Amino acid sequence: MQSTAAVSVSASATASRGGARSEAARRPGGIRVCGLRGEALTCPSLRISQAPARLAAARAAAAANGAVAGSGGGFDYDLVIIGAGVGGHGAALHAVEEGLKTAIIEGDVVGGTCVNRGCVPSKALLAVSGRMRELHDEHHMKSMGLQVSSPGYDRQGVADHANNLASKIRSNLTNSMKALGVDILTGVGTIVGKQKVRYGKAGFPDKEITARNIIIATGSVPFVPKGIEIDGKTVFTSDHALKLESVPDWIAIVGSGYIGLEFSDVYTALGSEVTFVEALDQLMPGFDPEIAKLAQRVLINPRKIDYHTGVFASKITPAKDGKPVLIELIDAKTKEHKETLEVDAALIATGRAPFTKGLGLENINVVTQRGFVPVDERMRVMDADGNVVPNLYCIGDANGKLMLAHAASAQGISVVEQISGKDHILNHLSIPAACFTHPEISMVGLTEPQAREKADKEGFEVNVVKTSFKANTKALAENEGDGIAKLIYRPDTGEILGVHILGLHAADLIHEASNAIALGTRVQDIKFAVHAHPTLSEVLDELFKAAKLQPREGRDSKPR
Amino acid sequence: MVHPSDKLRRFGSRSDGRKRCQVVRTINGDWRHGPTLQWAGRLHLTLWFVSHSHLAPPRRAPDSAAQPAFSSTQRSPERRVISSVIVHQCAMASLISPYLSVPTAPGRARLAAPGAPRRRRMAVVRAKIREIFMPALSSTMTEGKIVSWTAAEGDRVAKGDPVVVVESDKADMDVETFHDGIVAVVLVPAGGTAPVGAPIALLAESEEEVALARARAQALSQGQSKEPSPPHATAAPGPPPPAPVAPQATKGIATPYAKKLAKQHRVDIAGVVGTGPHGRVTAADVEAAAGIKHKQKVAPPPPPPPAAVGPAPPMPVLPPVPGGTVVLFTTMQAAVSRNMVESLRVPTFRVGYSMITDKLDALYEKVKSKGVTKTVLLVKAAAVALTQHPVVNASCRDGKSFSYNNNVNIGVAVALEGGLLTPVLEDADKLDIYLLAQKWRVLLKKARMKQLQPNEYNSGTFTLSNLGMFGVNKFDAILPAGQGAIMAVGASRPTVVADKDGFFSIKSEMLVNVTADHRIIYGADLAAFLQTFAKIVEDPEILTL
Repeated sequence: MQSTAAVSVSASATASRGGARSEAARRPGGIRVCGLRGEALTCPSLRISQAPARLAAARAAAAANGAVAGSGGGFDYDLVIIGAGVGGHGAALHAVEEGLKTAIIEGDVVGGTCVNRGCVPSKALLAVSGRMRELHDEHHMKSMGLQVSSPGYDRQGVADHANNLASKIRSNLTNSMKALGVDILTGVGTIVGKQKVRYGKAGFPDKEITARNIIIATGSVPFVPKGIEIDGKTVFTSDHALKLESVPDWIAIVGSGYIGLEFSDVYTALGSEVTFVEALDQLMPGFDPEIAKLAQRVLINPRKIDYHTGVFASKITPAKDGKPVLIELIDAKTKEHKETLEVDAALIATGRAPFTKGLGLENINVVTQRGFVPVDERMRVMDADGNVVPNLYCIGDANGKLMLAHAASAQGISVVEQISGKDHILNHLSIPAACFTHPEISMVGLTEPQAREKADKEGFEVNVVKTSFKANTKALAENEGDGIAKLIYRPDTGEILGVHILGLHAADLIHEASNAIALGTRVQDIKFAVHAHPTLSEVLDELFKAAKLQPREGRDSKPR
Repeated sequence: MVHPSDKLRRFGSRSDGRKRCQVVRTINGDWRHGPTLQWAGRLHLTLWFVSHSHLAPPRRAPDSAAQPAFSSTQRSPERRVISSVIVHQCAMASLISPYLSVPTAPGRARLAAPGAPRRRRMAVVRAKIREIFMPALSSTMTEGKIVSWTAAEGDRVAKGDPVVVVESDKADMDVETFHDGIVAVVLVPAGGTAPVGAPIALLAESEEEVALARARAQALSQGQSKEPSPPHATAAPGPPPPAPVAPQATKGIATPYAKKLAKQHRVDIAGVVGTGPHGRVTAADVEAAAGIKHKQKVAPPPPPPPAAVGPAPPMPVLPPVPGGTVVLFTTMQAAVSRNMVESLRVPTFRVGYSMITDKLDALYEKVKSKGVTKTVLLVKAAAVALTQHPVVNASCRDGKSFSYNNNVNIGVAVALEGGLLTPVLEDADKLDIYLLAQKWRVLLKKARMKQLQPNEYNSGTFTLSNLGMFGVNKFDAILPAGQGAIMAVGASRPTVVADKDGFFSIKSEMLVNVTADHRIIYGADLAAFLQTFAKIVEDPEILTL
């Protein structure tokens, strides 16, 4: 197997450069800075081929840290996780599987942001908005021969649906941990020293436990820029919006990222008009530009939405004394006052800030960077001097590498692998992301500009192919032909650099691509995989088949 | 593997040989689309999804006569690889006079020249100034954004030249002109949006007409403008101009949808008085503004409104139903509403008459095979009766005189989806039933397609409304403005009848109810007319003469 041999060589090369790469990994800025190409090759499926010497070294390092699975060794727990969000939950489950005695400390509610104030309830609202959209789209219904008379909704019913879903998922999470024997400790956790955690009421941590390893998974809270006054009724964050206590006639959404975009989908479906306020020069700045352009055409332009780009909301005053919500806009560059908006409500969706206060990081000489806990590519916490703090890890939003629930969970699993004596580095470029608008947007890996920049730097070529949902039988059957899939790859090696999808069920479709990236599958191999017909997955099938490689002798490809 | 059927997909049909082919080039990106265009026979669009994973050249559909023209644009390497979709379009009339439905979209109609859209073309040809319309590039496109004008004002363009790049809800496309000429005026600048069918530029045939076109553009923008001719036979006398609304200073705050609508309907939002919360301009305000404006601009068309009648009191507006849904009137529905309110000014009365239809039914059975419908028979019967009672065919235009009509033109109410039309059978007394039936079929078809010419729906002198096919026993019709009487016909149903000798028998009986303007038609007039009508119905041989 010529290909795997090549992999193992570069994998060990990667490991030997570990120190240098951890520097790169901590570079702030872009969401996927930590992901370097080499990391893709250290994925579990290929571990068998890694050089035995390297594995032994990793084991030895783990043993030196005193983390040999299964032995208590004088500690209360093998692993204590601070924060029972999706990241902590994923880590806890995997730790139990690895035979570690595990406790999880939660000061609020199990499930964290995702389950209680994020992905989960918002999916409930989006499920409603998707149906409302379909029912209101007369043209669409008619073309399928359906007749519906004036659909309406009951706001409280919608809100209850979201709330019920959150509590259901919350109890599922709690039960799954209890069933596996994870101790759920209630209170706010503080690190008081090496391998020592206190927990209890905020400010009065009265119970102390020791743990061989500690994972910080405290997550994040909505970020509110200064000048914005939150009252929870007319000016609010996603935390309040998800309760859907009101549906304003006109709502300004500050920030046009995932959160803003998803809420615009919900609010416009429920009858609100929306104004986006975006600091950057274009909407949806985090997305691949081509996808963003199409998204604007599909998700913004035909709806009751307008937008202001290149402006900051310098001051937002909640509605009071019979006055509406006032939003002062200043130019993002010149800082000059541009306009004052008067709206019924404002949703602040300007991103999320790490929730790391009160963790006692000062006790172990760790200084946060803009609130984020600095970590290396193995999620090991770095102290102020740039040294690894032994037995302390930080995962999820609190480290800021990639602020997604499933990324936190993957990081947690990676950490548990390490403390179980199996070295593991997570390839962040293989982590998919999705935005659950109608239609959905999903992506994995690099955007086209990122890929081209990297290609320029490293001297390789980049190719892009696209396929349309319009050519897909299933999409046409659903009358949902809007959308494209886009593949960014290296024509010389067939390596998949990024995949972006906008279209029906894009969030479910991305995993074929993200798995391919995670497993290092190349275009020339995956194109032979078979897809059921007629399914939406054929959009990706066509995409892979469309990718042409440069003819080159001796290129490794799957033997046939 | 992907099914072969997915490799190549065709939408729409190929046009015949007369039609010129054009390629709509994709501007940025390679997935493009546009099935089922709304060019109503003028433009067919064929779409090829060309497989990129197969090296073989794309198959062509068997019936395609012409070679699909591929874009010759230089593509970047990866574009060349993808080249996923090529939109291929064959057009006879690309831009000029795409088919427009009679004003269902208010903006479109308002922007149109007076008269029905189909007539506009003739008018345009006379002036040698042509309008370039926003084309419908996809089945779901309601408005389009001008990405850029490839031709500037003053440029001479030849047939087939691309003049504008339009961004639809689906794609950016080059749009070509179908006429030689000079781009005289660009009505919607780059970046602007216009509803499908709205003029976006004026094309003059020669230098001299450029100025003319400019003047026209000015007129268009000022009087944006003309009220769409109500597609109803019962065209109202011009509504009295409402008291002009004093423009109040607004803070210029308008909701996103209001802004969109204002742009679409070319309403200057600064001039709109906001009635929303905190004085903001809402979508409803913009719509109202668009409505108010065209009412103000309308010169009262003949017949002039009765001088005696003062301005109608403003309609009371009821509070909205909590939790209900508000659906705005379409233009047609608005016209119906206006005419109905207008009708309240006329003092009307009603006379009913029952008649035996056995013979009429028998006649109908005989002529049915020749395409004659019950309605046509009733129209003919009414027409014959009207010739003997000209006063019922007259109307009162000014409140002090009889206006006798030379022709017997009978409007027949037709329910349409979301509206009501009354196509008119002209000279119904002079034509035989077979000709009438033929004419009626044509009118009905046009009505359903919303293609009726104004004279085909507003020249009626008498109206017939038949709800018999629904089993309605009897009903009451509202008199349309400008006419003297309207006849409401119920179903004919078997009834036990006693004749003068005391014998009972079962006969089909039909109830007819006529509503008339009592200023000119008195009870005895109407009764006499109905008696004649009943005689004809009961002995309908005369109808076949």
